[in-house]
Amino acid sequence: MPLSEDLKELYQKVILDHSRSPRNQGQFSADSCVHIHSDNPSCGDEIDLYIRFNEDGSISDIKFEGQGCAISQASASMMTEKVKGIPRQEVLQLIQDLQHTVLGNGEVRSSGTLGELQLLEGIQKFPQRIKCALLGWRGLERALYSAKLT
Amino acid sequence: MIDLSHLRADFPILHQQVNGQPLVYFDNAASSQKPRAVIDSLVHYYENDNANVHRGLHALSNRATDAFELARDKVARFIGAGSPDELIFTRGTTESINLVANIWASEFLKPGDIILYTGMEHHSNLVPWQLAAQKSGASVKHIPVLEDGTLDLENIDALLTEQVKLFTCVHVSNSLGTINPVKELCTKCRVLGINTLIDGAQAVGHMSVNVQDIGCDFYVFSGHKMCAPTGIGGLYGRAEVLAKMPPWHGGGEMINLVTLETSTYKAAPARFEAGTPDIAGVIGLGAAIDYLETIGIDRIHEHGAALTRYAMQRLTELPGIRILGPTTADRGSLTAFHLACAHPHDLVEFANTHGLALRGGHHCTQPLMKRFQIPGSSRASFYFYNTSTEIDRMMEILHRAVTFFS
Ligand SMILES: Cc1ncc(COP(=O)(O)O)c(C=O)c1O
Repeated sequence: MPLSEDLKELYQKVILDHSRSPRNQGQFSADSCVHIHSDNPSCGDEIDLYIRFNEDGSISDIKFEGQGCAISQASASMMTEKVKGIPRQEVLQLIQDLQHTVLGNGEVRSSGTLGELQLLEGIQKFPQRIKCALLGWRGLERALYSAKLT
Repeated sequence: MIDLSHLRADFPILHQQVNGQPLVYFDNAASSQKPRAVIDSLVHYYENDNANVHRGLHALSNRATDAFELARDKVARFIGAGSPDELIFTRGTTESINLVANIWASEFLKPGDIILYTGMEHHSNLVPWQLAAQKSGASVKHIPVLEDGTLDLENIDALLTEQVKLFTCVHVSNSLGTINPVKELCTKCRVLGINTLIDGAQAVGHMSVNVQDIGCDFYVFSGHKMCAPTGIGGLYGRAEVLAKMPPWHGGGEMINLVTLETSTYKAAPARFEAGTPDIAGVIGLGAAIDYLETIGIDRIHEHGAALTRYAMQRLTELPGIRILGPTTADRGSLTAFHLACAHPHDLVEFANTHGLALRGGHHCTQPLMKRFQIPGSSRASFYFYNTSTEIDRMMEILHRAVTFFS
């Protein structure tokens, strides 16, 4: 009974490591950040993002809290490591690329910049887990747009 | 443990590989598999007797009607109803509850009344009552669940106040496996004039059920969890209570006389069965009962309980496991648990790649998950065609999962 290759691809070592010890856990005081809550009611997964923006709209700092499956929590953890300090436009591009990677559709315009996130590719074979992988990213997208308005 | 493994030959679906491994189907509480006899009954009906019921005067319609009403007799007897007229065919548990929560409630619920349910109900036995309460100005209350997965009945007499018009409770919990003392509770309610509805989705076809002995006013169940097709189920209603209820859907079959101005209605069960019913489904449900009765419902219950005991005993091998529900011997044939190292969805995914079908999540009992402060649980649920060898296989897979995720 060998472990299936698909399973090993879904739960890469790096992904399991992020899910066991998520990076950038916690929150900032409410008045110093944008707080966005995302959930998947059907499975109960939750991500709360706390984001501080620079004047130019880039992310100066980001933390998250959440509960849910390894995929949703690891993906959010990897996201927080990736997006700090990157120009807003690039983060939006990254969100697009990540979606394409997970869904296995469309073109990844800057695959070189995905780095570790490329590992989430394994999710393509598990369509019911796509919403887990994207949970934190959907929240980030909303935060970027709401931050622009303020 | 009695050996019923020869019955596996009756279930075509069980003999397949999933992800390159032999299928172990432990999601019976969500839906059971269907024996050849039930599948054949559908084919036989469509190939030989298909016609509308209660309408034609021709041979096919007569045959279809006979088969349909014969199945009603069977189902009524199977659950111990006083008469086939007390058995209404519906799409299943959910539709049955909604019928009562709309029609009984429209007649009997007034502002200030209370509907009493429990903290371990399936969403389908919570939401319809919340809707009924909103419409009528009544309110909902619940009996709490104790740490051991049983109901907290210490204050039951204080809870059953004069305002309580309906008490409802799951017979066997789909998330905990608890068998609730429904007879005792319905007896109390009957004395106080409180109507009762028992959700038997996990009980019928798994253990002997006698609605008259339980003493409930309504009892609801789904065919698909007891070897019958999807889309068919039943509502038992005590004759005296059904007689006081207005019609539900209007249409053919439920009327006596229709004029352009007004109509008169038939008595139960026709009154609540407007339109062409799921004839094939009803016939399939009858065939399922025939099949279950050849095995014997008490043997089915005994085997399910034995498998569950064995599974619960072996599950304790796993580090960081929390098993939900009562540890007493008499429980439903399922066990739900939470592993510290893996979220239920990850565990179920892992199991699936090994051909093992478990269910992970809140099992449509979100309030219960909140009560136990877990995001969800993993559940293995058994039926008579499952074996202890399959449980050994599950354990092998779960041990590997623990190593993988820890
Ligand atoms: C206890 C309980 N009640 C109600 C239901 C709903 O049954 P159905 O979806 O067949 O209407 C289920 C099944 O999921 C159940 O386990």
